[in-house]
Parts: sequence; structure tokens; C-alpha cells
Amino acid sequence: MSEEGKATVNTGYAPEVRARLERDAKEIIGRYPKTRSALLPLLHLVQSEDGYVSDAGHEFCAEMLGLSKAEVVGVSTFYTMYKRRPMGRYHVGVCINTLCAVMGGDQIWDELSEYVGVGHDEVTPDGEISLERLECNAACDFAPVVMVNWEFFDDQTPESAKRLVDDLRRGEEVTPTRGPNRLCTFKEASRVLAGLYDGQAGEGPPAAGASLEGLKVAKANGWKAPEQ
Amino acid sequence: MTTLTPVLTANWDQPDSFTLDGYGDYSAARKALGMDPDAIIQAVKDSGLRGRGGAGFPTGMKWGFIPQGDGKPHYLVVNADESEPGTCKDIPLMMANPHSLIEGIVIACYAIRANHAFIYVRGEVLHVIRRLQAAVIEAYGKGLLGENIFDSGFSLELAVHSGAGAYICGEETALLDSLEGFRGQPRLKPPFPAVAGLYASPTVVNNVESIASVPSIITHGAGWFAGMGTEKSKGFGIFSLSGHVTRPGQFEAPLGITLRELLDMAGGIRQGHRLKFWTPGGSSTPIFTDEHLDVPLDFESVGAKGSMLGTRALQIFDETTCVVRAVLRWTEFYAHESCGKCTPCREGTFWLKQVLKRLEKGQGTEEDLSTITDIADNILGRSFCALGDGATSPIHSSVQYFRDEYLQHFEIGGCPFDHAASTLWGGK
Repeated sequence: MSEEGKATVNTGYAPEVRARLERDAKEIIGRYPKTRSALLPLLHLVQSEDGYVSDAGHEFCAEMLGLSKAEVVGVSTFYTMYKRRPMGRYHVGVCINTLCAVMGGDQIWDELSEYVGVGHDEVTPDGEISLERLECNAACDFAPVVMVNWEFFDDQTPESAKRLVDDLRRGEEVTPTRGPNRLCTFKEASRVLAGLYDGQAGEGPPAAGASLEGLKVAKANGWKAPEQ
Repeated sequence: MTTLTPVLTANWDQPDSFTLDGYGDYSAARKALGMDPDAIIQAVKDSGLRGRGGAGFPTGMKWGFIPQGDGKPHYLVVNADESEPGTCKDIPLMMANPHSLIEGIVIACYAIRANHAFIYVRGEVLHVIRRLQAAVIEAYGKGLLGENIFDSGFSLELAVHSGAGAYICGEETALLDSLEGFRGQPRLKPPFPAVAGLYASPTVVNNVESIASVPSIITHGAGWFAGMGTEKSKGFGIFSLSGHVTRPGQFEAPLGITLRELLDMAGGIRQGHRLKFWTPGGSSTPIFTDEHLDVPLDFESVGAKGSMLGTRALQIFDETTCVVRAVLRWTEFYAHESCGKCTPCREGTFWLKQVLKRLEKGQGTEEDLSTITDIADNILGRSFCALGDGATSPIHSSVQYFRDEYLQHFEIGGCPFDHAASTLWGGK
């Protein structure tokens, strides 16, 4: 490859974007004893720029870590959270694993998918909403569960899920059940996943609803762990 | 009667439980860093704490396997990739009480002589990740992580690492590969991580709840912990009730509590219905039925009845639920999540799915039942990791307890159940 060729294939990012991504990437890489460990976070980072892992994103990760692009693509395609085409500003997941499915997740998926007009890992033409059939998201005591940009929306019904999507499309403020006051975008969420904290941990309850059932029963009965 | 013992869940209703102010001053870590590291390992051994991530391996013994004086860096990797269907305890624990985990990490790392630790948390839980990130920043700010903690000379770096959606990364060696920046595929064992783990160095991989339990053992003593639970399954654990229960949720209790006792506390099966089948510890543990309401939920008793305690993920299904549908959906999950490395698991879960689909539609035959159990027999024990084994649990146990229900499907040429009756809003 000629020197000239090298300069053009490196990246599709504008110089200022690239400079910013490089700064972030170096901070992330610095947290690991071996640089390759930063690959998953860096894939989240490029997803936070493009809304999916783009060709330029793959290239960027490869360059930052001294890997071939094939090595990077081999990893990114293994993990379902890395998207191969742009997802919506709001990525809506419906849990269809057994327990949620039985509790109504199947019906939520069927109705929501028809309502929004897109299927699994597809996005609406306006780029606002994408849908995904999720496997268990570790909130079974809140079934059926819907996630938006990986925030919890507990105890859903087909009606509440459709209302949620309507609100998102109208740009109304939407608050997760156990999450921050304001729902962030898919790109902003990906940045947190890359390991770049957004300062919002203090928002939302420590725990809510079903998480507190046992503690409530214990307190009502005066039950405690034994003294030492 | 067994009563609840909130320890890890005790502060979840406090508004600032996830901050240092709400949590406390890491007095257990302060105490531990003044102790001989081997004495800490011994205390954890004496407590009888067994891994809370499903397998139940004695935690102190795992720590003891780390070779000392070997001149290599040691690592602690916390498995926070909670993804087993039905399992939902570590996520609320890290959301409400992340400092119990970080304090446990400080103690564990000091004990195994590790100066670098990672929390590998599944990516699909954004606010939990924020809470961990903020707690780590706060702990660094107060000198509870970083250089020379409590002037003990002990230093520790801790990073929160988000996964990217792969159930298999909950398997400890797949997790390590993923953390090293590769596809998350299991490694052949031995060598075990204690010898060649992260970056081929001695590594302990522990579940969130195991590590978070450690500060209480240091504070109150091994005898206190061992005083709860049963002879071989000591201490407390979080039991997660989900599904057709009046008040599902997290119940922290001594091991050995029964489902009957837990259901009493949760208001019973939803009104007007009765228990049909349940998982004691996630979808990879063979299902139980209403015959098993009084089985003590400890490693030995559940094992003696043909299942596994697993992660105490009690998914409860009432009589409106079609067991064939449930098993099909679990099987689809395993087929989706099989990493593809081992042929029996990759091909076996694929074919199980095809046959079960046919069965569920009522287009199967009795021979299909032999086929699925035969496929399951050929997956079990024939792959690198336990994913394939887990996939066979619902197959074998459902055919054992509900053979007639499978037959009924092709006798009537379809599913005899009204799925709407099983929903949260149906079945009234």
C-alpha cells in the first residue's frame, strides 16, 4: 500500500472527531494492564459516535490497539450489543425469554412490533425507534420487562409499552423505573458502556418495587440477621 | 420456621445506600488490611461460604489455590455478568449497594495478593454500571482504592468493565477471554484460572454476591456466618422469586429455607391459581414441581432431589403455563447463546430447538420425545463448559415430570393452553 493510500484508509472520522475519540480511547486503554483488553470498551466508544459499529469504527479500534481489522470484526460480530447498522435514537428491547414471555412479553413484542412497524434489530425510517427481542435482562421479578437504551422499564403491558414509544417519539421526557431522571440516547448510553461516566448515578432510587419485598417482610416481622 | 436475614439487602430502602455516606467507612476492609492475608483466607474457609454464582464451590478454598510467592501478578475478576434466565439478584445488589462489593474486592485482593481487580458487568444494565462507576470513583477519592490503602502498604486498582451481550461470558474462562479482548469462548480446563487465568496469571473469578458477603464475615466472624444455613450450605443468600407469585421479589434468607416458606412471605401463588413447576436456580437447573415445596433450598438437598441450587432463581409457573412452550423458549435461548466452539452444544441445541418447535405446534410424535432426550444425552458432559449441560436440564426434567403434556400436544394437534391466561394481566 502506498503512503498516500494509508493516509486515506485510516479513518472516516473528521480530524476533530478523531482527536476526541483518540483522547477517550487513550484514557480507556490506560486502565488495562494489556491494551487489547480495551477492545470491548472501544467498540462501545465508536458505537457512541456512530450509533453502530461502523467500518471506520472497526478501523479506529484496530489502529488504537495494534490489531488487524479482521481481528476486531471477529470480536464485534460475536456480541449482540454491537450493532452492524445504525440503531434508533431509542433502542427498545422487549424481553422474550421464558419467564417474561409467559408473563406477557410475547404479547408485548407482537403488539409493539406491529405498532412501530419494525422487527428485531430494525429501525424506523425516521431513525427514532429500533426494536430488539431481548434475552433475560436480570429483572425477572419485574416481568414483563422492557429496556430502552439499557434502562429498566419494569412491569410493562402492551398498552404501557406503546405509550412509552409514543412518548419517546414525541420527545417527551421519559423516566425509567429504576434509572436516572432523564433517559439518555443510545449513543450517550454507549459512551457510559465504554467506561466514561456521565455523572448520573445519584439519580433514581437505590432500589424499588420487587427488589424491596423481602426487606419489607423482614421489617414487618422484626426479622434480622443474628447478632454476632 | 425460617426467618429472613437481611445483610446485603438491609440498606436497600435507604435513599443514599449506594454512596459511601450511606454505606459506611469500610471498617471491615480496615480490619482485614491489618490481618495476615492467610488468616483472611482461613476465615473465609471457616465461614463455609460457597460461591453464589451457581456452582457453589467453596470461596476460601478457591482463594487458597492461588500460588503465593510466584512472582507473577495476581488478579481478581468479579463475575457480574448476571444473565442466567431467572437470575436477578446481583443487578439490584450492585444498583443499591455497590460498596459492599467494592469493600469485598479490597479484602479479597489483599488476601490473594492481587493489586488489580476487574468487575466484568453485563452491558445491558446501564444504571447499574453508573452506580458501580460512581462508587469506584468515590472509593478512589477517599483512598479506599489506589495507592497504600489505610496506610497498610497495600495498593489496588479496580476497573469496571462492561460486557456487550453474550450469556456465555458468565462462564468464567469465556469471561476471561472476553476481558482480554477476544470473543467470549470457554477455555479447556485445566489449567484452571487459579493457575493460568487473566493474561495467563493466577486469577480468582468470583460472583458478585460471594464477594459482597465477605465484609460481613470479616466484621462478624466466620462463626457468625456459619451459624446460619445448613451443615454444608452455610450462611445467607438472596432468593429471587419471579413469575406467578403475588409479590415477587428478593428475599435474603439462610440457605435451607423452603419454597413453601418463601411463598408464604411473598403472598403465595397469584390468587386463584396453583403451583405447577419452578426452577430452583435458573433455567439451567432441572425443574421442580409442587412435590418439591418442602425441599430445603441448600446445595445438598436440592441436589438429592435431582436438581441444583444454582443461583436461587426461583421462577414460578402456575397451572396456566404450558411446560412445552417454556422448555422451547429456554432451548431457543441456549441455541442463541451457544458460542459455537463445541459441536455437541452448537449442533445439539440447534436440533433440540427444531424438534421442540414441532412438538409445541402439535406436529410431533412420541418418537420425538426419545429424540430430544437422546440429543440431550449427547450434549451432556461433552462440551468445554456447562452451557450445553444447562440446556439439557429443562429437557430431561420436563419429560420426566410432564411427559403426558408433551403427548397431549400432538394428540390434539396443537397447544392445549391459552397463553393469554398466563400473562400478568390475564388469568383473573
